[in-house]
Amino acid sequence: MNRTFAVAIGGAAGQGVATPGDIFAKIFSRRGLHLNAYNAYQSIIRGGHTFLTIRAGIDEVTCFGDRIDLLIPLNQDSIDRHLGLMKSGTAVVFNGDTIKPGARTQGVQLCPLPVLQLSKGSRSKVEQNTLALAASLQMMGVDFEPLAEVLTEQFMRKGTKVLTENLDIARLGYDYAAETFQRFPEPLPMSETQYAVLSGNVALAMGGAAAGVKFYCAYPMSPSTGVLHWMAAHAREAGIMVRQVEDEIGVINMAIGAAHAGVRAMCATSGGGFALMTEGLGMSAMMETPVVVIDVQRAGPSTGVPTKTEQGDLWQMLGAGFGDFPRLIAAPTDILDCFKLVPEMHNLADRFQCPGIILGDLLLSEGRSSVDPKHLNFDTEIDRGEMIVSANSTTGANGYKRYKITESGISPRAIPGVPGHTHTASTDEHDENGVLISDEFTNPIKRRAMMEKRQRKVAGIEAAVPPPVLIGASSADVTLVGWGSTEGVIREAAEILNEEGISANRLQIRWLVPLHGEAIVEILKASRHTIVVENNYSGQFARYLRSETSYVPDGHIRKYDGEPFMPHHIVEAVKEQLAGKTKLSVPMHEIMV
Amino acid sequence: MTTVLEQQPLTAADFKGKVDPDWCPGCGDFGVLSSLQKVLAEMNVQPYEVVTVSGIGCSSNLPGFIDTYGMHTLHGRSLAVATGVKMANHKLHVVVTGGDGDGFGIGGNHFIHTIRRNVDLLYVVMDNQIYGLTTGQTSPTSRKGMKTKSMPYGNVEEPINPIALALAAGATFVARAFSADPKHLGDLMKQGLEHKGFAFIDVFSPCVTYNHDNTYAWFRDRVRKLEDDPSYDSSDWHEAMKRAVIWGDEIPIGRFFQRKDLPSLDQAEPVLDEGGPLAHRELRIAPHVVNKFISELI
Repeated sequence: MNRTFAVAIGGAAGQGVATPGDIFAKIFSRRGLHLNAYNAYQSIIRGGHTFLTIRAGIDEVTCFGDRIDLLIPLNQDSIDRHLGLMKSGTAVVFNGDTIKPGARTQGVQLCPLPVLQLSKGSRSKVEQNTLALAASLQMMGVDFEPLAEVLTEQFMRKGTKVLTENLDIARLGYDYAAETFQRFPEPLPMSETQYAVLSGNVALAMGGAAAGVKFYCAYPMSPSTGVLHWMAAHAREAGIMVRQVEDEIGVINMAIGAAHAGVRAMCATSGGGFALMTEGLGMSAMMETPVVVIDVQRAGPSTGVPTKTEQGDLWQMLGAGFGDFPRLIAAPTDILDCFKLVPEMHNLADRFQCPGIILGDLLLSEGRSSVDPKHLNFDTEIDRGEMIVSANSTTGANGYKRYKITESGISPRAIPGVPGHTHTASTDEHDENGVLISDEFTNPIKRRAMMEKRQRKVAGIEAAVPPPVLIGASSADVTLVGWGSTEGVIREAAEILNEEGISANRLQIRWLVPLHGEAIVEILKASRHTIVVENNYSGQFARYLRSETSYVPDGHIRKYDGEPFMPHHIVEAVKEQLAGKTKLSVPMHEIMV
Repeated sequence: MTTVLEQQPLTAADFKGKVDPDWCPGCGDFGVLSSLQKVLAEMNVQPYEVVTVSGIGCSSNLPGFIDTYGMHTLHGRSLAVATGVKMANHKLHVVVTGGDGDGFGIGGNHFIHTIRRNVDLLYVVMDNQIYGLTTGQTSPTSRKGMKTKSMPYGNVEEPINPIALALAAGATFVARAFSADPKHLGDLMKQGLEHKGFAFIDVFSPCVTYNHDNTYAWFRDRVRKLEDDPSYDSSDWHEAMKRAVIWGDEIPIGRFFQRKDLPSLDQAEPVLDEGGPLAHRELRIAPHVVNKFISELI
């Protein structure tokens, strides 16, 4: 089992949770540790409560885990909320002047810092945070130099005076901890590996840049706004046009317009914004103009819980837009996959000239993870499909038919500006030439032919996407089925179960459309006990699988409190289900934010 | 061997679409279509260099009746789509056509914001003060008191004033025309196409089937060309606003306003400064830029 160390920082929004978090992340990362971070926060700019967990280890850390090794509560509220979670062997570093700890488990080391005394009377929150940061690193067995290096980077631009003050205060905290507190028995490990650390939103945006997206537009909506921020900040260097549009209706229509004129276009939103986009999704399908839409799920319905995660939009994606049309839907399984999936989705959307939906969620989009920088491959394959970009093209010219009926259902797509290929793309039903058949020339034979032409693309799409693969022993006591972002936590839960003598394997679904239902059922029928794990109330994936295949799993583990699964939630639920106590487990989240 | 083909001057016939219009006989939209075809030919713009974008409605069927690249999009969304087209390939001429319901009702939000962005396109609204394709309901420009199927006892709401709205939103070219005066309309269309920025022409285009209030005769009695008033200065926004609110026995048509000092969106967008249209650019990002992006994460 991967040995990890998790540090958690809690406080009010605006109190400075993010900065020490960034510093820990940098120090861990530069030490060659892999990390995974999750920030539980509220929809408030100042106040409330925010709780950031950063977990690091030598091997891949796939989720924020079950255990906090070191807690830094920045205010009384935070220690009141979280001290009870701390187990024997852990430590709590806090401002001893202002925070009074309550009851604790035996073996939890309380480390009060005399902040006023150390900071010579300064009441600056930065000093409290820097002292706690330095003391914590000392206890983890990290040298002072890496901290000094990061602080220098952080405070250099504020001038030498501010920098020196901060370095001095850090030194005081570091030395005080060395004299006063007990170190963790083993220092934080190190390795030679160099990692990049990024959020899912940054990964999605960079994936777009790698895919050759040249037009990105959005309306700000949590938790997808990070995609817009990365795109906007890097647009000029990357040669990407970024537009902030008046609403999500405008967003998808503008993206489709740009895509129609020949660029790769992309947009991202959350469930509410996606709801506004659905008519546009149908336009993409009918005009056969590819567009890639990212839906970063948050807890719904309606405005819901904007800062909390959920996998509750699956059925919205499946049914988005009226009428029947081919679509692509995939859910990235981790933060690196957010990067990899985007070019894949663009390639397929271009090839099959249909909308492609990437179904992420807050856990990935705002969570952070280490990745090996060589996996951020910008030389990935780019396949634009059957596209006519110049008059020299061998396809078409005289008698060009934009919607030519073909066996594959794919008709070569000429972009505006190419001589000899003028045509009208219409949201009305049309014939091979693009001439409307819905208004004046309604013709059932033509209508049927065009429906069948478009739907023939489904077979090609199925062939282009591989079916999911079972991971772990082919025969196990339990098979855990998840989709998208739950990959990491299910993986860790399966490892724990295996260590505890309950053999577990797992099937993680990445492609939702095409689903490859038959291949899934073949795997699940060979399993002894199947449990579907998902972050929603009604078992949206389980219901989808049943509707496509008639397959009914043995049990379900669901969570819809806004927070992601922790490994022990799954482990305990599996045990109670294998003991026959229930078929539906809804674990309670213990961290209250 | 190189063959030099002698370029024949274009005519309106070169812009004839694959099918003939299916508008009701006498519909005002015929005048708009023929003026547009004629102006494009006069300007010697090749059909493949033009994208005609529309929403949904009788008038929005226009892209099917003209030979250019066309997009017959969703109800109310033509301006958003057209903005995307223009940004992806700013060398194309973009013409947006539609009706009053499409542009000022369901598409009202995009109308304001496309104006604000000064997207370089010509937006021609065939304003018939009625919903025609849905067989005669009140539109955002229907006059107060007008009886329709949706307001059989008369419209109790005030109509929108598209000219004042466009001026207030900051449009850089604002005009009104009457489809029964194709020469005047064509002249405004040419100016609009030549205008570098958002050019808006609200065209009175009578619906002979469903609107018996605002008929050809009704308009003919009332329209007065701003161009006939030598004192009128269309660079004066306040003066334009004054004329915009005139409605009654006399209704001004012509160019209300034009300003040439604001850059259009493609000009204002640094990504388009060099490298040509986005649609024809290399998809890969230069390795040194990629390295920089990745190094920010380490």
